[in-house]
Amino acid sequence: MDHSATTATDPAVVEAMLPWFSINYGNPSSLYRLARDSKAAIEDARKRVANAIGAKPEEIYFTSGGTESDNWALKGAAFALQKRGNHIITSAIEHHAILHTCQYLEKHGFQVTYLPVDEFGQVRIEDLRAAVTDKTILVSVMFANNEIGTIQPIPEIGAFCRERGILFHTDAVQVIGNLPVDVAAMNIDLLSLSAHKFYGPKGIGALYIRKGVRIDNYLHGGGQEHRKRAGTENVPGIVGLGVAIEKAVVDLEVKTSRIRALRDVLLDRILHEIPNTRLNGHRTMRLPGNLNVSFEFIEGESLLLLLDHAGIAASTGSACSSGSLEPSHVLLAIGLPAEVAHGSLRLTLGVENTQEDVNYACDEIKKAVERLRAMSPLYVDYLKKRSCNV
Amino acid sequence: MYSEKVMDHFMNPRNQGEIPDADGVGEVGNPTCGDIMRIFLTVKDNIITDVKFQTFGCGAAIASSSMATELIKGKTLEEAWEVSNKAVAEALEGLPPIKMHCSVLAEEGIHKAINDYRIKNGLEPWEEKGGHTHSHDDLTDEE
Repeated sequence: MDHSATTATDPAVVEAMLPWFSINYGNPSSLYRLARDSKAAIEDARKRVANAIGAKPEEIYFTSGGTESDNWALKGAAFALQKRGNHIITSAIEHHAILHTCQYLEKHGFQVTYLPVDEFGQVRIEDLRAAVTDKTILVSVMFANNEIGTIQPIPEIGAFCRERGILFHTDAVQVIGNLPVDVAAMNIDLLSLSAHKFYGPKGIGALYIRKGVRIDNYLHGGGQEHRKRAGTENVPGIVGLGVAIEKAVVDLEVKTSRIRALRDVLLDRILHEIPNTRLNGHRTMRLPGNLNVSFEFIEGESLLLLLDHAGIAASTGSACSSGSLEPSHVLLAIGLPAEVAHGSLRLTLGVENTQEDVNYACDEIKKAVERLRAMSPLYVDYLKKRSCNV
Repeated sequence: MYSEKVMDHFMNPRNQGEIPDADGVGEVGNPTCGDIMRIFLTVKDNIITDVKFQTFGCGAAIASSSMATELIKGKTLEEAWEVSNKAVAEALEGLPPIKMHCSVLAEEGIHKAINDYRIKNGLEPWEEKGGHTHSHDDLTDEE
């Protein structure tokens, strides 16, 4: 139940990729037949990606994944437009691929505004309007958040930026296969996506660059990808991305309704059956498979260990699991006190999950929370205080 | 990422609970950092005859509490005072570097509980030998 971290590559995707390893292994830049097949496969995949997000094939550039796409979009736009202005606007709850890139750009003379979010994790258009200056060249706001699943008002932000001639980038890594995306209708200039989040392979992604938008190159070298992204193409990965994204957007509403219903059952059970629990994020404006809750009086990493022991893969915003010592910047940005952020649990459901999984997960979460609370001094104190007040 | 010993003490914590009329109690850590440890001691003739813990924290914090209570049970107060965070970490067959502060927390919890006992009994509290305190400062910059 950690599909936002990654997904299993669909067997049909693997099968489509296999011939491009050792049978049709030609370098697309070579001139012989073997190479022409590779080139054709890439162009076929480019069409599939474009179709899935309402773009034109020539607006799709293959990259190594979400992180590269984010880095390219931000650095490429910033350096291309620095004569026009040096101000970038993003949100406080972006993925580190955006936040750390922004911090890097700050070291190179750019000014970055990190928009706050409301208690549900949404950016307010008023805040965006107030942050814009005549030096603003780029706005980057994620389509939906990876931790709390909150969906941003992307069409509104897109329209706002387009009216003012400000470039708009969105990190849509969590979104493909979960929500409909139409870059033209939503006025998106740059969009990042990554195959392994929607049952495709790892190490491959794409950046959509709207026709007419010029950004600097990020990788310099050969003339691949219309001289915009150097490096011999990852042909099997690109083929896999093409097949995976086509499958991801077919019957989107049917697939996501099933997952959303499972998620809602799990969420309702957790909130009703485990006291002192809160939902993090928005009740309805959230990714269909995403569930993020905080259990008071316990710490998330120990909860993950118990769940892992029960065969359930999950994630947390607690500092103790992340290798850093701060709890999740997203949970802090929606106003959670650090101790509540430490007790957070994220479950992200996907196509393989069933009603039985949900029931089992809920039972195990209940047991694990009870077990950890029984040894928590915070909980013991809470119970004593409560019995005094009765 | 954790040793088998850490996982064993996390899954089957020893001496977890509370001693209602404890002779000494020590609490360290804070909820903002994500770990709080409370140690309860029963002391008879200068010997720790019973010890219990309550911990809010990660797997390493819970395992360190459990191991620390095992290491001091049946010891004299002087011997228990000498149980260092390193000894706790070694007994657990090592902790990841970022989790070493959990063992420091255990050492400090024991010290606080012992001094609580000493103060309650009209004795001078023992002084910390300096050196470490429960701090994240030495671990922050790891990006």
